[in-house]
Amino acid sequence: MEYGILMAADSEVDFMIHGLFSYKFFGQTVWITTSHVCILLVMLLLLAFSIAANRKIRHATEVPDTFQNIVELVVEKLDGMVENAMGHNAKYFANYIGTIFCFILLSNISGLLGLRPPTADYGTTLALALMTFSIITFQKFKHQHVSGVLKGLCDPWPIWAPINLIGDVAVPVSMSLRLFANVLSGVVIEALVYTLISKFAVIWPAALHVYFDLFSGAIQTYVFCMLTMTYVNQAIEDGEY
Amino acid sequence: MENFTGTDFILGCSAIGAGLAVIAGIGPGIGQGIAAGHGAAAVGRNPGAKGDITSTMLLGQAVAETTGLYGLVVALLLMFVKPLAR
Repeated sequence: MEYGILMAADSEVDFMIHGLFSYKFFGQTVWITTSHVCILLVMLLLLAFSIAANRKIRHATEVPDTFQNIVELVVEKLDGMVENAMGHNAKYFANYIGTIFCFILLSNISGLLGLRPPTADYGTTLALALMTFSIITFQKFKHQHVSGVLKGLCDPWPIWAPINLIGDVAVPVSMSLRLFANVLSGVVIEALVYTLISKFAVIWPAALHVYFDLFSGAIQTYVFCMLTMTYVNQAIEDGEY
Repeated sequence: MENFTGTDFILGCSAIGAGLAVIAGIGPGIGQGIAAGHGAAAVGRNPGAKGDITSTMLLGQAVAETTGLYGLVVALLLMFVKPLAR
């Protein structure tokens, strides 16, 4: 296949990922695409914020100023969310959940800044979901041991093992496709409005951006993190009985 | 009609298939409506728990939306990536 999924197909409605330049890597043609650039921009923004926050918290004052207030609010909200969902396991996972929350949220709302959201590329969301999947699997083996995992796989009867296996593998697929398709639907509808009825697209497309970029993006970020926490918690708690 | 090739036929059938694929939106529509209705009923019964009810409802709706989005992805692939007409 010459092109990746949804990449650089020729059509008038332009919501595709474009390849910027390509290079050969072990005989494979690897493309550097607009998604990579957008991810780098998002990462730079996050990195700048974290460095500034780190420097601020090192010299924290008794009476916080504006920026310190914002940093404390973000950290408290994220920690509170993880604490609500995971209980006493929260302290081990608050870092990971907070990181992917910030990244996905900023990626989703980067459509407001004129970027093509990096999460509208299946590569990004699949990577995020595979990270979650490996954490779930690792926690399963850590807390239930091999015997518990095998017992869970053969849940009512051993003949159900293939179906349980499919159920396990479906977790990253459904998580990644959910995030990808939600963000992509927003990108496609905005592209349709801006190209097909460009003469009438004055001011009111802002409402589309509010719904698809801000509302839907925030909800999907929350859903992704919530599902991650639920699955990880389930993997841990199944081992405690 | 004399320039009508096999590729054109496949593209037309792909467009019909894309239209059929987005019929998958019916299911999540009904499901989300049921969730929203029960959410409204729950708020009516216990207005104090409005925040919790709303966030739970939105979470469930976002998860239920997935099947509809699968249909959307299939439709978009058929329309824009044209895997069958290669």
